[in-house]
Amino acid sequence: MNTVFSINGPVVKVKDTSDFFMMEMVYVGTRRLIGEVIGVNSEETTIQVYEVTTGLAPGEPVVGTGAPVSAVLGPGIISNIFDGIERPLKKIEELSGAYVSEGANVDCLDGEKKWQVTLKVKKGDVLRAGSIYAVCPETPVIEHRCMVPPNMSGEVVFAAEDGEYRVNDVVCRIKDSEGAEHELTLCHKWPIKQPRPYNKKLSIDRPLITGQRVIDTILPIAKGGTAAVPGGFGTGKTMTQHQLAKWCDADIIVYIGCGERGNEMTQVLEEFSGLIDPKTNRPLTDRTVLIANTSNMPVAAREASIYTGITIAEYYRDMGYHIAIMADSTSRWAEALREISGRLEEMPAEEGFPAYLPSRLAEFYERAGYVQSLCEAEGSVTIIGAVSPQGSDFSEPVTQNTKRFVRCFWALDKSLAYARHYPAINWNDSYSEYSDDLAEYFYKNVDRDFLPCRQRITSMLSEENKLMEIVKLIGADVLPDDQKLVIETARVIRVGFLQQNAYHKDDTYVPMDKQFRMMKTILNLYDRSREAVEKGLPFNNIIATGIFEKVIKMKYDIPNDKPKMFIDLDVEIEQTIKKAEKAHAKEGR
Amino acid sequence: MAVQYLGLGEINGPLIALENVTGISYDEVARIRLDDGSQRLGRVVQIDGTRAVLQVFEGTKGLSLKNTRTAFTGKPMEMALSEELLGRVFSGAGKPIDGLGDIYAEKYADINGRPLNPVARSYPRNYINTGISSIDALTTLIRGQKLPIFSGSGLSHNKLAVQIVRQARIAEESDQNFAVVFAAMGVKNDVADYFRRSFEESGVLQRVVMFLNLANDPIIERILAPKCALTAAEYLAFEKNMHILVILTDMTSYAEALREFSSSKGEIPARKGYPGYLYSDLASLYERAGVIEGSEGSITQIPILTMPNDDITHPIPDLTGYITEGQIVLGRELEQNGVYPPVSVLPSLSRLMKDGIGEGYTRADHSDCANQLFAAYAKVQDARSLASVIGEDELSPLDKAYLRFGRLFEKHFVNQGTDENRSIEETLDLGWALLSTLPRSALDRVDERVLSEKYDPQSAAKFE
Repeated sequence: MNTVFSINGPVVKVKDTSDFFMMEMVYVGTRRLIGEVIGVNSEETTIQVYEVTTGLAPGEPVVGTGAPVSAVLGPGIISNIFDGIERPLKKIEELSGAYVSEGANVDCLDGEKKWQVTLKVKKGDVLRAGSIYAVCPETPVIEHRCMVPPNMSGEVVFAAEDGEYRVNDVVCRIKDSEGAEHELTLCHKWPIKQPRPYNKKLSIDRPLITGQRVIDTILPIAKGGTAAVPGGFGTGKTMTQHQLAKWCDADIIVYIGCGERGNEMTQVLEEFSGLIDPKTNRPLTDRTVLIANTSNMPVAAREASIYTGITIAEYYRDMGYHIAIMADSTSRWAEALREISGRLEEMPAEEGFPAYLPSRLAEFYERAGYVQSLCEAEGSVTIIGAVSPQGSDFSEPVTQNTKRFVRCFWALDKSLAYARHYPAINWNDSYSEYSDDLAEYFYKNVDRDFLPCRQRITSMLSEENKLMEIVKLIGADVLPDDQKLVIETARVIRVGFLQQNAYHKDDTYVPMDKQFRMMKTILNLYDRSREAVEKGLPFNNIIATGIFEKVIKMKYDIPNDKPKMFIDLDVEIEQTIKKAEKAHAKEGR
Repeated sequence: MAVQYLGLGEINGPLIALENVTGISYDEVARIRLDDGSQRLGRVVQIDGTRAVLQVFEGTKGLSLKNTRTAFTGKPMEMALSEELLGRVFSGAGKPIDGLGDIYAEKYADINGRPLNPVARSYPRNYINTGISSIDALTTLIRGQKLPIFSGSGLSHNKLAVQIVRQARIAEESDQNFAVVFAAMGVKNDVADYFRRSFEESGVLQRVVMFLNLANDPIIERILAPKCALTAAEYLAFEKNMHILVILTDMTSYAEALREFSSSKGEIPARKGYPGYLYSDLASLYERAGVIEGSEGSITQIPILTMPNDDITHPIPDLTGYITEGQIVLGRELEQNGVYPPVSVLPSLSRLMKDGIGEGYTRADHSDCANQLFAAYAKVQDARSLASVIGEDELSPLDKAYLRFGRLFEKHFVNQGTDENRSIEETLDLGWALLSTLPRSALDRVDERVLSEKYDPQSAAKFE
């Protein structure tokens, strides 16, 4: 029997054995703590333990399971909250109370719950890997499609009647080409560190609509894309992730709380069950999976939580759903790698992080994509990862390496957050490489004018940025009127468009059409004012009419379902400026 | 009597190593008896086969390879708990040091605690009225929150902490249920004394549990002090249904003790020599704040840390900020201008505030008022930096109005007496009055409806 030899925090070593293979899941000690083999050599096997090792003693048994650390994939995942290795936290609470205890060996999925299953195959059908053999309603909005595991195929020799089944009941049996029979239940296991196979990757050309103006309009993300949200503490990373999780038009949200605050997970749980998804009229929990490894939970499970989350996402992608993953925060995951690496006494690279950090990050982000799955359904996984740079310094290794593997970079800015400008995404430091890929979609589905308008808005912001350098030196008063107009319009864009109030019933989610009309109105205001200024109307006279403030408040004044009111506002702009011109002409005489 | 191991294999800083040890488990506590009869406690931090590495709580001074006998207790570090804790003083390792004898324990608990299951938490919502305008209005403290004070050497963080303890009132609760757990880590004796005196003067001393680890006490005890304090707090909050306010000062000394310990263990350092697990370690303390579903008690934490060289990007404030639910930042410039409390409003933040204010908690207009104050004060900073370049006279009328608002805001709103206890109504009305010194069109964060109710240049006239 293999026994524990040495213990150092979460790292346990076993001497003189060749029984284990890399990434194998093992049970450590008499309390059967869950661990993973992370190093094998002729002298010793190294294991990282996903639970607290207090009380573990040398000589306690270590038992291999013969399988890598895997996620159990089947109905019952959605609406649930799991820890980093897919153990349901509610079950653990029932077993061990308010505090998480070690060695809680609970089933990942509820084995007693019965699902209303409809079989999709009959005896004699030939199934390929990934074929759907049964479906059941998992939540009122998600139909669960049970697929033949990717490493299996064959002819159906038994298919059960439609009816109520538990996750581990056999509903189908197939015989493979070698004549071996395999039983199919409602669930199967898949190693979390191995990407699930698909037929092919498709090109990315559809946006993930989030209802957040600064994202959808200025820095769009595509379905199947990747984005990073870096920001120091207090800049609103979590808030941004929550907003996206609430409003984006993915079918399923996988929210990974990786090394973050316990109260935040409670907040997500509470808020999401109270919020109704406008598209389905059901609570948001019906489409959300939560994975929680809060900062005080064992560090090795933090590393696993990211993989568990993405494996679940890929599983639903294979059914033909669009998934968005919120990983908050990938820095904590990188730090977990560093901590384990330090305990293994590996040679550190930058700032103590292991040299394999970039390749691990790349592996993770490359699991995103828009694919045709094995059953020829189209699905996507979009990854939005928060990054918590140390000391808000974007040159640190995690931010820099992440930047290389994502195509959308939403940099959160301290000074914007200090001024309570949320979302505090800095439009000058951020970028999105998807805007070209999505051009056709916007052209067809929003408006032909959408991209030109967006271009004008971004140029105005960058011009303001240049002008502000001058203003900082000499003040805004001495600028000529046309430059004052640019600065004032840019203020309207910043306060009236980019800044968005998550607590306002209309402003929290803004449809693409309203976003476009808001841009149009702002540009209309600019054009009209510019004409008037060129004709000699002093710019201060326009400011005095209060029309700029009126336009800033349109996000609150015009409800999402009354786009007609934009026409009224345009008329008002026209009339106000005309009136100012007349009054000025009178004065002149 | 259990097996005793004679002598040691190695001594290195606070760590000792024993050879040929059997039957011990990770994290268990050992008693080390010296030849002179004195006794020390140690904890197993690493096991390699039959070699065990222990950290000695009281330090290794006087230890040799020969003069010790070590016996293992078979248990992790535990602390005796009962309601008698209230009013007592303990060392960092949880030993009574007030000469009143041992605690008659109702139960023993592992000082490391266990991670709280996120589904067992209930989301903190009830606000704590501190009577301090800058905190109540702008960084509202919520029961069950962890809200650190980021300070610098020489700033008045201790005064502020004492004022919070004295004035903290949980709306509609009786004081019977309220207690303070105070852990001093590596502070000077007179600072600890200041706290004790202040607690005594305000009559709360009988409801305070103190853990004192002074600047010259052993560092291992310093690492244990917050763990013991939080174990006591958890017991009082979740088993005795009390509302506990935990004050931990100074977290910087704690982190430095951790660094010292880590380097003597020969661990690979991460940033600025701090161990790679500093984040996890701090989190294991801060995350012990909260409210548990089904329990009436709560733990609210106010850790105090002094930012080395006033640098908020230093690893200690940085990692703390990532774990805690906001921060109250004190500014040196305000302190020098005689503003007390010198709360630097813009970088301060309370993350839980949004759900604990407004109708039913404080007042319906609270969030509007706070948002507008933040936005306006941010403009003040722009105006100030512009004024420093082109001179105040050259500013536009609006920028001048902002400068004036900034001065008044600091003088009347942020600044208050050490025993001035403002109600939330007073605070918010004051906020609106100050905002009314600005032109109405500058208040762009507020709905017209609220503005027509609250914008009142009349009330602003009193600041002339």
